[in-house]
Amino acid sequence: MNQWIDACSIDDLQANSGVCALVENQQVAIFYMPDDNAVYAINNYDPFSHINALSRGLIGDIKGEPMVASPIYKQHFSLKTGRCLEDENIRVETYAIRINNARVEINTNITIEEAA
Amino acid sequence: MLYAIITVIFRISSLKEEYMSNQQNLLVIGNGMVGQNFLVSLMASDIKEHCDVITFCEEPIPAYDRVHLSEYFSSKSANELSLVSPDFFNENDITIHIGDKAIAIDRNNKTVTSANGAVIAYDKLILATGSRAFVPPISGHDREGCIAYRTIADLDNMIAAAKDSKVGAVVGGGLLGLEAAKALQNLGLETNVVQFGPRLMSAQLDDGGAGLLKSKIEDLGVTVLTNKNTIKIIDGDSCRHKMIFADGTELETDMIIYSAGIRPRDEIAASCGLDIAGRGGIVIDNQCLTSDKDIYAIGECASWNDKIFGLVAPGYAMARTVVDHLAGGAEEFTGADMSTKLKLNGVDVASIGDPHASTPGSLVYSYQNGVDGVYKCLVVSQDNKQLLGAVLVGDASGYPTLTQYYLNGIELPQHPDSLILPSRSDESVGLGSDALPASAQICSCYDVSKGDVCSAVEMGCTTIGALKDETKAATGCGGCAALLKSVLDCELEKAGIEVNTDICEHFPYTRQDLYNLIMVEEIKTFHDLISKHGAGKGCEICKQVVGSILASYWNEYVLESEHVGLQDTNDTFLANMQKDGTYSVVPRMTGGEVTPEGLISIGQIAKKYGLYTKVTGGQRVDLFGARVDQLPLIWQELIAAGFESGHAYGKSLRTVKSCVGSTWCRFGVDDSVGLAVELENRFKGLRAPHKIKFAVSGCTRECAEAQSKDIGVIAVEGGWNLYVCGNGGMKPRHGDLFATNLDKQTLIKYIDRILIFYVRTADRLQRTSVWMENMEGGLDYLKSVVIDDKLGVCDQLEAQIQHVVNSYQCEWKTTIGDETKLKRFRHFVNSDKHDENIIFVEERGQIRPANLEERELLAAENA
Repeated sequence: MNQWIDACSIDDLQANSGVCALVENQQVAIFYMPDDNAVYAINNYDPFSHINALSRGLIGDIKGEPMVASPIYKQHFSLKTGRCLEDENIRVETYAIRINNARVEINTNITIEEAA
Repeated sequence: MLYAIITVIFRISSLKEEYMSNQQNLLVIGNGMVGQNFLVSLMASDIKEHCDVITFCEEPIPAYDRVHLSEYFSSKSANELSLVSPDFFNENDITIHIGDKAIAIDRNNKTVTSANGAVIAYDKLILATGSRAFVPPISGHDREGCIAYRTIADLDNMIAAAKDSKVGAVVGGGLLGLEAAKALQNLGLETNVVQFGPRLMSAQLDDGGAGLLKSKIEDLGVTVLTNKNTIKIIDGDSCRHKMIFADGTELETDMIIYSAGIRPRDEIAASCGLDIAGRGGIVIDNQCLTSDKDIYAIGECASWNDKIFGLVAPGYAMARTVVDHLAGGAEEFTGADMSTKLKLNGVDVASIGDPHASTPGSLVYSYQNGVDGVYKCLVVSQDNKQLLGAVLVGDASGYPTLTQYYLNGIELPQHPDSLILPSRSDESVGLGSDALPASAQICSCYDVSKGDVCSAVEMGCTTIGALKDETKAATGCGGCAALLKSVLDCELEKAGIEVNTDICEHFPYTRQDLYNLIMVEEIKTFHDLISKHGAGKGCEICKQVVGSILASYWNEYVLESEHVGLQDTNDTFLANMQKDGTYSVVPRMTGGEVTPEGLISIGQIAKKYGLYTKVTGGQRVDLFGARVDQLPLIWQELIAAGFESGHAYGKSLRTVKSCVGSTWCRFGVDDSVGLAVELENRFKGLRAPHKIKFAVSGCTRECAEAQSKDIGVIAVEGGWNLYVCGNGGMKPRHGDLFATNLDKQTLIKYIDRILIFYVRTADRLQRTSVWMENMEGGLDYLKSVVIDDKLGVCDQLEAQIQHVVNSYQCEWKTTIGDETKLKRFRHFVNSDKHDENIIFVEERGQIRPANLEERELLAAENA
């Protein structure tokens, strides 16, 4: 089931920030770092505050690892692996993402590692 | 040849015998804080190779932090209180019998039998059975809802019992009793503390200290009853129980928590014939050996010199002694310092040594400040040279210095009372950590000396975190954290190592440095700043700081595409994100003034969008529960009704509160509302390191509470008095009187300069109160900069504020006028659906976010 699903246009993304897309009934937070030409997709649900808000967090890097800081209680999540940098037992789902003809596509069935 | 072979065999068997005789069964009964500390110390010692270690743990979970038990009710879970890493027993090859209780010791055969029927042989036995909460043996003591305060299971019982209780009583006004009272209050109960004697914390405090503590605890809404001897508990009339006291009075309550002292658990020792002290407890000597040379006792079950030690630090010292003795060392337990410092319901309390001046010939100094609620007393030797004891209530900041005088026998200064009198000049009376000998104990919980800390710093521990990991200092009660920090700073300074003040890993600069770079090089974007002066992509710390500095200095629209990624949670959507991910909206009401039409519009808008409304402390109305897609619609309607953004979301000027002033008030001296409106309009939108609040009072009755604000103005006959750097909140600070009898023009000029000087020089997220306290030279320095223009920067400061005033914009208005910005204001970028996770329930006629439980319930109903 390697299905790429159209999420939005590349113009819908916010440079150096995040947006949330509804993909197959799942809330996917999509982050865009134009300087690195990088896009990341993780689940929008913040496991600490139990609300859908990770797309609204500040992004950047911690020791080179791209991350988003939860807008609620500021825990950091790796944009590559979804792991919480403060608590290795906590992880959010990550999704394969690609840009195809200026469209952003998500595949919720494969992980980042499989796609790469 | 034969002879040689025999010799070899003999050697092997003798080696084996030696090995066998060194390998011994070490059995520990009890896995509480002290039992666990013993295991940890043992594993860190060389003898662990020669021990097979077995331990019994009666509770269903291994050792946890009983000292911070009440935190179980607030943030911590049972897991967070745990003192044992999950793999500790496995990794160290320790057999733990969890949930099993040792019930009998057979000293002849050297075995212990457990409740589950296990029989374990021992070579050496360590009793760490602890203590139980004392429950007075009165009639009715075991009625339903009467619970001892000791274990996590007890806490679960309390939580369950609290569900259908309104009133609670704690029997015992000691340290643990007051903690239990806090827990009851947090559970929402009307709380009483019932103390047998005349004083709270009678072991640690004198009359003066206990009296002040009582009034402080009562201020927090807890009723304290002293001299109450409960004689029986019977059915209540309005509550479940009625406590009957010896003086004929009574108390109705639904729950009773016992925390009236501890009793050592010495039954298992008594039944096998070990010596028990007259007042209970297993008798031990200086090696912590009981009357049986193969059995030790440590912690609260042990009695040394007829004394039971009810704190963890002495228990840990006993554990160390036993490990040392097992290894053949000569360490002795010779009593322990019972000094203690804690925060009870937010009240600082500390006690050192002999607080009751019971030492013959001792003398007492005391200081009582009824205004600020501070009590301090020193007990000194007859020759006025040695500190014997101390009590601190309301302000325990002197504790680290005083304990050092006490523990190390350092000679007191010529006027010992200088140690407790408030210092009103720059002279410092604290004992610098540099003056301490290497043997000085820094952390009493883990017996860490200054020498230990210094060698850890030498080895490369240059942060508090690293020091804690290496030495364990400040990881027990935490009372020595400030002292540890000062030793660290002092050692680093001596070693020529600079203390790292970088804002984060992306910029090797302080906030002030970044501000200067932006100003001098006229940098306008984060991108330019990080490519010139930083590394990496940035993080939520530096982005927010730079976003704030750029906004303070250039005052461009914060949602410009170069800036939007720098804004913190609330600024990103120009509203305040609440716990459920919805936002609250606060329109500006300058000076708290609003027309009836304005109020009606706000009401109608709130009603239309189904928002929860609440009046804020800053004299305006907060509208809660707006979804992100509703924000622009709400703003549009508010703007149409004549309102603008209140900047409640920004680290910026929030409100200028005012009393009604001379316009209406019979006592008013000047027009406080008029000035408040003018000030708020001048400074609105100014971004700063933290939020800023003003207030203006129309006379010295001070109804606007201006002296608790960053900027406070009070009308007096000769003009306006200006107060600066006050604060309410977490750490209240009374504003400093900056200048008096000012005319309006001078007043505004001073405020202009002070604000921009603060914006330029403060640290990240530093309120004006802390900024002032950290400023070298303090108030006098600030006056010299602002009034005398000592630095020659006043023109610049004024020019900058004028730029901010001239470039003010209502960010809501800018946003709703820009189609591209509006795109961000929807939950999904590809759908008009709403976030289904946002669910409200009704309370007191308005909405509130559903809690997790309610969300799950509603989801189940809908499924």
